[in-house]
Amino acid sequence: MQQVRILRNIMLGVENLLLHKLRSFLTTLGVVFGVGSVVAMLSVGEGASKEALDQIRKVGSNNIILHSIKSVEEVGQSTTRSHMSVYGLTYDDAMRITEALEHVKQVVPAKVVRKDARLGERVEELRVVGTTPAWFDLVQRDVIAGRVLLPDDVRNLAGVVVLTEYGARRLLATENTIGQTLRVGSEYFEIVGIVRSEEGMAGNIQMPDERTDAYIPIEVARERFGDINTRRSAGSFEREMVELHQMIVEVDDMENVEVTATGIQAMLKRFHKKEDYRMSVPLALLRQAEATKRTFNIVLGSIACISLLVGGIGIMNIMLASVTERTREIGIRRAIGAKQRQIISQFLIETVVLSTLGGLIGIGVGLLIPWIITQIAGMPTIVTLKSVVLSVGISIAIGVVFGLYPAVRAAQVDPIVALRHE
Amino acid sequence: MVAGAQQNGQVIRLEEVRKTYQMGTEQVHALADVSTVFGSGEFWAIMGPSGSGKSTMLNILGCLDRITSGRYILEGQDVSTLNDDALSEMRLRHLGFVFQSFNLLAQLTVRRNIELPLYYLGWEAHRSAARAIELAERVGLGDRLNHTPTELSGGQMQRVAIARALANDPRILLADEPTGNLDTATGIQILELLKELNAQGKTIIMVTHDPKIAQWAPKRLHMLDGHIERIEED
Repeated sequence: MQQVRILRNIMLGVENLLLHKLRSFLTTLGVVFGVGSVVAMLSVGEGASKEALDQIRKVGSNNIILHSIKSVEEVGQSTTRSHMSVYGLTYDDAMRITEALEHVKQVVPAKVVRKDARLGERVEELRVVGTTPAWFDLVQRDVIAGRVLLPDDVRNLAGVVVLTEYGARRLLATENTIGQTLRVGSEYFEIVGIVRSEEGMAGNIQMPDERTDAYIPIEVARERFGDINTRRSAGSFEREMVELHQMIVEVDDMENVEVTATGIQAMLKRFHKKEDYRMSVPLALLRQAEATKRTFNIVLGSIACISLLVGGIGIMNIMLASVTERTREIGIRRAIGAKQRQIISQFLIETVVLSTLGGLIGIGVGLLIPWIITQIAGMPTIVTLKSVVLSVGISIAIGVVFGLYPAVRAAQVDPIVALRHE
Repeated sequence: MVAGAQQNGQVIRLEEVRKTYQMGTEQVHALADVSTVFGSGEFWAIMGPSGSGKSTMLNILGCLDRITSGRYILEGQDVSTLNDDALSEMRLRHLGFVFQSFNLLAQLTVRRNIELPLYYLGWEAHRSAARAIELAERVGLGDRLNHTPTELSGGQMQRVAIARALANDPRILLADEPTGNLDTATGIQILELLKELNAQGKTIIMVTHDPKIAQWAPKRLHMLDGHIERIEED
């Protein structure tokens, strides 16, 4: 019975609003755009941060990634003809990190070899990464065909190679290429699989497999190609000795990532005179990205709230005008026997209906804008249920807050004066 | 209680009612110690020049205004000290208003206008619709239910207003210059309708300044400067 009555009151409110369709529509516009911008802004923010977070997660939030880099002094000296630069992470580093730090689960080393490779008639300079089978646990990618490296390959020093999608494309390899022979430098390898690869950056972190063409067991790489890389470029030799180009340190728990990172940093500092390595911690970036996302949401949210406030004031303004215009109606209703609170509820229902309706249309707008942004700018956007619920809640609240004053004003009109009102 | 009121025949009783307005520093006595009784089923005209207090009288009788001192007993209940909500309730349950300018809600249909008091009484939709149809037929507008007031003539509008005043089945109808906005012929039709309602038992109190109109009421109360000047009875 009570629900029926409320429903009836709402129906009457709607009827009344429909009498002034244009005015009602214009009144809601403020809320429409307010809510629309809340939903749209939150979705853009959510989308942008989700993209960053996803990429960081792809690198692995339990991982710490170490890269060998040429220190600044080395870069200066490398122009000398006979110079050989020696830098970077070493096998010893890998061993020390594995053994000395308690939270380290495993260390996956990677050694990069650049060699001309030939598959059939095709010759390309490849970036071949020597690593252990554990690589594929930490850098999880789909296997397109065949298999990844196995512990047996390492034990047997097997001459096998796994191509990445990227490398396969360059070599024009297909699924049928599995089992064929790939010549790398002067060595021969059997192609055993193709895995998907990830391009680009994850926040500030390079994807571990960026621009990698192929994987071979690290022991094989070391035995067949040694630790010295020679590069011929623009008529000069460039020789450098790097034991490991990259290391992925897997930590047992996310909570221990920061401690371990500090430990690694301290250890490397002790054994490396020059800073010829770089450490990146995806988790730290993840935290940073999350903090940025929060700030972003607060700023966007505030802007959107201002537009909602403007919308609310618009509603209040129109309702106040409407109260004046309908003074006589209020007088008639009061004379017939309407109580003050019935007049309040009548006007309040109208504003809440207006603002809620505006909120619902606004959600439509808020869904449309991100869609257009995604279509045109290619930016990812995510409309969360949370933002939709929040917007509806806010718009109802706006109706109540900004409708209350006009409604109370309406109820306080003296019926005798109101009946005389022209 | 209703039976008791009928027994002693008084639906309205005013005891030394005073209504004072503060106009700047001066006090204006709109009603000065008015005492009178309106009996059940009577048809009264309240007359007097403007400023005589007849409008104030009607507002007080209609529970739209409060008295400054004295006692006002409506349907056996002392309403002099009631709060706004309780006064609204009195209007809703015991009174029907007919105004000079009809005071219909222009945006609502005839049916909706008649249903208005029933809405505040909390009647269910189908029941109030049936009542509205019945009342519209009673005032001869059964075929105009879905028209809006702007599509009606003055006389028809006043009939709708009367139907609305009857919706809550009050024993008292208060009419404020009910023929003031109508031509003579139409005015007479409205007066005939009021007379008919009076014959059916409604107590009618009509405010007018026109002696010819007042002649329709068997009892006439003349007011002057906030006092009852004299009472005429046919």
